[in-house]
Amino acid sequence: QVPTTRKPADVAMDAVTPMKSATTYNNFYEFGTGKSDPADGAKALRTRPWEIVIDGEVAKPITIGIDDLLKFSMEERIYRLRCVEGWSMVIPWVGFPLAELLKRVEPTANAKYVAFQTLLDPERMYGQKSWVLNWPYVEGLRLDEAMHPLTLMAVGMYGETMPNQNGAPIRLVVPWKYGFKSIKSVVKISLVKEQPPTAWNRSQPREYGFFSNVNPDVDHPRWSQATERRVGDFSRRKTLPFNGYGEDVASLYSGMDLRANF
Amino acid sequence: MTNTPASAVRRATDPRQIANAALSSRWAKPIVFALALVPLFWTVWLAYSGELGAEPILESVKQSGLWAIRFLLIALAVSPLRMLTGVAALARFRRMIGLFAFFYASVHLSVYVGLDQFFDWPAIGKEILKRPYITIGMGAFVILSALAATSTNGMVKRMGGKRWRILHKGVFIAGLAGCLHFILLVKGWQTSPLVYAALCVGLLAFRRWPLRLPTTRARQRLAPGL
Repeated sequence: QVPTTRKPADVAMDAVTPMKSATTYNNFYEFGTGKSDPADGAKALRTRPWEIVIDGEVAKPITIGIDDLLKFSMEERIYRLRCVEGWSMVIPWVGFPLAELLKRVEPTANAKYVAFQTLLDPERMYGQKSWVLNWPYVEGLRLDEAMHPLTLMAVGMYGETMPNQNGAPIRLVVPWKYGFKSIKSVVKISLVKEQPPTAWNRSQPREYGFFSNVNPDVDHPRWSQATERRVGDFSRRKTLPFNGYGEDVASLYSGMDLRANF
Repeated sequence: MTNTPASAVRRATDPRQIANAALSSRWAKPIVFALALVPLFWTVWLAYSGELGAEPILESVKQSGLWAIRFLLIALAVSPLRMLTGVAALARFRRMIGLFAFFYASVHLSVYVGLDQFFDWPAIGKEILKRPYITIGMGAFVILSALAATSTNGMVKRMGGKRWRILHKGVFIAGLAGCLHFILLVKGWQTSPLVYAALCVGLLAFRRWPLRLPTTRARQRLAPGL
């Protein structure tokens, strides 16, 4: 699991957040809405056996087990994570580019978007018994966003197997978007023609757009996005466009009005 | 309302009388005062020992806000409780509990202004104007400040009982505004803010309801001895 190649964007130069903070301060509403709920409640999650179904506009749909996913060549990526609520962390993920997985199923010319789905299991994910969101949690990316080399499927963090509360056994990490785009405990990936529904957009369309790129100039109706507090810090810092990954990803959105496509 | 002799307590067998005697004792107020400070010291202790989680500042804002709403609801519950149980001595605690609601609201606002926003006044001003939940929360705080400032016996006299009572009906608006502030600030429709709001509405509705009862006899039945 030792990384071999690293580009500057793969390593946030900021200090890494203590693992205890990253594993006890979580938004994972499947296990309750409190920040410390998942650390406790997610112990009930069973991550074996685990399969991801990959289907839709692909030449070779597959169902792939977690043990086969763990055979992908792993890299460590130290990414900033910016939550829409105005806090942020720096986390060393272990995983592989989503593009590697998507290439295996050979997306057809019809594939324009990628839809993701979290496990639905109200018995163990007891938060799914509440009506805070429409379960299961779903997310989506445009195909070019999904194929971007920074987009990661993570199976671990801090050099260890992914803790349940952080989205075990496998989750998405899209570092230039607000944290809720990085869907946890993924069981299904579908390549589709149309822009897929996303959980928070479906719940509050005025507040959460499909793209949800980190953008200090576009406020969330309830939170200014101009600043953030890095967990563990005392004072706030300025939020960077695309969470500081603009050099790598801004070109994906050239010509788009990011205020309209928030 | 004065101290009941200890012998009276011993002789009393009616639970209502026992409750009244206990609540009228001279220790009752200091004990309630000390209990009301427990959430403050508990949170400070957790912060000091690093047990307040990864975001201690936000957690302090949240805890102090929660306790402000809880004390406001307890203050609103005093009169209904007194009517239901007939324990008249409960009324002694209403002002103190209301002032504790104001106290925790002040802590809530101070931590937000001083620690979360670090006295960034332009940013805070913008937030108050731009975010409905912050506007509403500030409104509730302004009302609570007015009530706290006029909470002394002297102020009741200076204002006159009627005007004072009208002003202090503002506590209902503050309670509803506090609950609305909570509902609006969380992500999605979460359960606990809705439970607090339902309790608040219930406590307000209770006040409307006994007024429509056929006056004295019904009141007497609900709250004998009042």
